[in-house]
Amino acid sequence: MTINWAALGSTFGVSVLITLVVAGAFCLGIAALSQRETAVADGAGGSLRGATALVGVVLSFAACAAAVGYGLYLIAG
Amino acid sequence: MEHMTFLVTVVIFTALAFDFTNGFHDTANAMATSIATGALRPKVAVAISGVLNLAGAFLSVEVAKTISGGIIDEKAGIRPAVVFAALIGAILWNLVTWLRGIPSSSSHALYGGLIGATVVAVGMHGVDFAVVVTKIIIPAVASPIVAGVAAWGATRLAYRITRRSSASASGKGFKAGQIASASLVSLAHGTNDAQKTMGVITLTLVSAGVLAPHSAPPLWVIVASGAAIAAGTYLGGWRIIQTLGKGITTIEAPQGFAAQTASATVILTSSHMGYGLSTTQVCSGGILGAGKGGGTGQVNWSTARRMTYAWCLTLPAAAALGGAGALLADRGTWGVVLLGALGAAASGWIYLINRRRPIDASHVVDGAAADGSAPATPLAVVPAQAPAPTTTTAATTTAAA
Repeated sequence: MTINWAALGSTFGVSVLITLVVAGAFCLGIAALSQRETAVADGAGGSLRGATALVGVVLSFAACAAAVGYGLYLIAG
Repeated sequence: MEHMTFLVTVVIFTALAFDFTNGFHDTANAMATSIATGALRPKVAVAISGVLNLAGAFLSVEVAKTISGGIIDEKAGIRPAVVFAALIGAILWNLVTWLRGIPSSSSHALYGGLIGATVVAVGMHGVDFAVVVTKIIIPAVASPIVAGVAAWGATRLAYRITRRSSASASGKGFKAGQIASASLVSLAHGTNDAQKTMGVITLTLVSAGVLAPHSAPPLWVIVASGAAIAAGTYLGGWRIIQTLGKGITTIEAPQGFAAQTASATVILTSSHMGYGLSTTQVCSGGILGAGKGGGTGQVNWSTARRMTYAWCLTLPAAAALGGAGALLADRGTWGVVLLGALGAAASGWIYLINRRRPIDASHVVDGAAADGSAPATPLAVVPAQAPAPTTTTAATTTAAA
């Protein structure tokens, strides 16, 4: 009985990795969002702090969505 | 030939009935944590889940192919009657575990039924055990562990990264995250579970000579399977939602998010490889992992144990039921008819038992377990994020037990 251990192992290894990456990106987005909120609340929305936070939010969530989208594309394709 | 076509039709309807029971068994997997933390209202959650299951059904057919061409050797002489026996066995197991609120694996019920019925009707050579081990047994055992590890890691990561975030940002963020990840789980579920029925129907059509061996599922099969699972998803599963949302561990939004992201990822990657795993087990593993990784690290091990017993029992039990059904079906037409009648009677009886103490949407969000039919567990402390309005509404409209 031949068992393809490599395929099994890589499938599961990749799963753990993707989970951590996607969840991590999302959480970074939340952290950036929090920073953005603090900046805006301080009236410093336009400052460097506020702007970087906003960039961070957009990039993190975009990365998250991109990863998910790419994954689905791979599966559907 | 007339009666062959009628039997094929019956088998197809039975397969769709299995799909339907699969739907309400598995809604909980995707939506239990979101409902328990209040991220989504129960009815909205199941509606979303239904739609996405349907979409997922179209996304990939790898698992269907594992079933229709992989584990069972189509040329060994499988007859529609055998598939029928397998389905009856699987459906009965699904209904019994549903009644007890146990999130067992519909997938394993189906595989068990198929294997048992095939072995009885055709003999051991009808089953390709190498494929069974590679694409079913090993993923079955490994995937919940993988999901648990991934969820644990993601939970630790989530708490660490958002340690200094404001409550409002993380509250909003994780609620949105939960909705997104729950949606992904529903989609993933469609890629794995709706496939099973497609695979079974395709197998039936091949065994009846309607399709050539190794065919991919035809479009109408895909649509019908997707629709059946979506309908089952929307209509219920409150009993199991109650167990998954409250019975295993206290679920906070970040944990729910981590558990679901892990589950969706494991299911999607496995579906892509044609591994027919148990979405139920993967989601439960994810919730356990997230529970361990969370604030208290408390997990209700007795519920976990009950679930493990049900899991280990499922494939053999369904195999036994499927095998018994095949014995009956082998006797000829009257056997098949009797089998159908028994299956319908047992299902009706289970449904009636459920009506005596129904569990519905209102039972899954408020604090108290409505009746003793849910597993007796120390009730999880309702986390601070649970919105008050939902709890109040549920408390005032709790259905009479």
